[in-house]
Amino acid sequence: MKTIEELLRTHRFFEGLPNSDLDLLAGCGQNVVAKAGNYIAREGEAANNFYVIRQGKIALETQGAGRGGVVLETLSEDEVLGWSWLFPPHQWFYDVRVIEDSRLISMDGVCLRNKAEADPALGFRLMKTIAREMNERLREARLQVLDVYKLEPPRALE
Amino acid sequence: MEPEPYHVQTYQRETDDTFSVSLVPASGKKRFKFVPGQFNMIYAFGAGEVPISISGNPARNETCIHTIRSVGPTTRLLEALQPGATVGIRGPFGVPWPVDRARGKDLVLIAGGIGMAPLRPVIYHVLGNRDQYGRVVLLYGARTPKDILFSAELEQWSSTKGFQVEVTVDTADSHWNGNVGVVPKLITHAKFNSLNTVAMICGPEIMMRYSIPELTDIGVTEDRIYISMERSMKCAIGFCGHCQYGGIFVCKDGPVFPYSQVRKFFLRKEF
Repeated sequence: MKTIEELLRTHRFFEGLPNSDLDLLAGCGQNVVAKAGNYIAREGEAANNFYVIRQGKIALETQGAGRGGVVLETLSEDEVLGWSWLFPPHQWFYDVRVIEDSRLISMDGVCLRNKAEADPALGFRLMKTIAREMNERLREARLQVLDVYKLEPPRALE
Repeated sequence: MEPEPYHVQTYQRETDDTFSVSLVPASGKKRFKFVPGQFNMIYAFGAGEVPISISGNPARNETCIHTIRSVGPTTRLLEALQPGATVGIRGPFGVPWPVDRARGKDLVLIAGGIGMAPLRPVIYHVLGNRDQYGRVVLLYGARTPKDILFSAELEQWSSTKGFQVEVTVDTADSHWNGNVGVVPKLITHAKFNSLNTVAMICGPEIMMRYSIPELTDIGVTEDRIYISMERSMKCAIGFCGHCQYGGIFVCKDGPVFPYSQVRKFFLRKEF
């Protein structure tokens, strides 16, 4: 069985971080299994951790007036879930539903914040890693809201 | 070049705004030959002509199948056609997908919206010549789950050995258990040998623009990425100039181009 540190080392999100950082971060993680259909977080609940997805599929959902649940994004293998643990008020903004049985590493946000505060160089590298992820997700979200399939032009002058 | 009369043999509703028709020559001619990626000019009498990609199986050439999205007056008139009705056909036209060049390689097909229709003949071709191709990855994006084209076939293809089919939508309710997100993101989850792959992309230009860097970043060279361009095609034979794109005509020199050939125009705004 692989250790948390070994699992983090092979995960895309942690690419570029030195092994010494991963050693430290691994101390804040533990393996969890999430069953399809369950919610692992609800909007407004305390966000004390984030999840490294090893396997499976997770949906970020919100409620739209008269629309019921709306899926904003799905996340799967090699992605991470949640950054509310980093920013006050440390609350989940969305519901998090497990679509497929998933293997995750739950990272303790308080533990990570404490290690980052104690070692600013580690904190900076961690922030850069998170910022890279946020940048990618923001670009994807912008493309998603463009509704490009609605705007498809006809091939001819009709 | 005069349109040849064809009869509508079958009509199938695909989604709220998209339908497929199979057409047979009114003359009784037995064969309709085309290669994947080509299109016909379909003439709806009294309305006009529109270029529509052929979405059927190139090996089953007794009928000609088109999948059409209703977006303007001509396609709306086509949408109202019933079996037995007559349309005019000119074609097939255009440079096809490079299925020969892809032999012996993995194949990545990236489709968005109605862009799934021009790529379907490639899949039929590969399935009919399975031993000549490596892994096949189909990445398909639609607006919502109810806008997904050819759902039953997608299911069938995904269970075919050596095929990976990933579908994503821009928005969905919580009953949807598939992917929600953009097509370029699917590329990172696709399993193929990027150094021995030919990629074919068809969809909104902005989707292609964001997909191409994801492919080149992992080693698919620009000359192995093919895109199907959308421009206002009118004559289909390079005379009228409506689809002129720099020094080329999309109708005659395309619609399929290697990205390396059109790159210099592709990133130019409003071009």
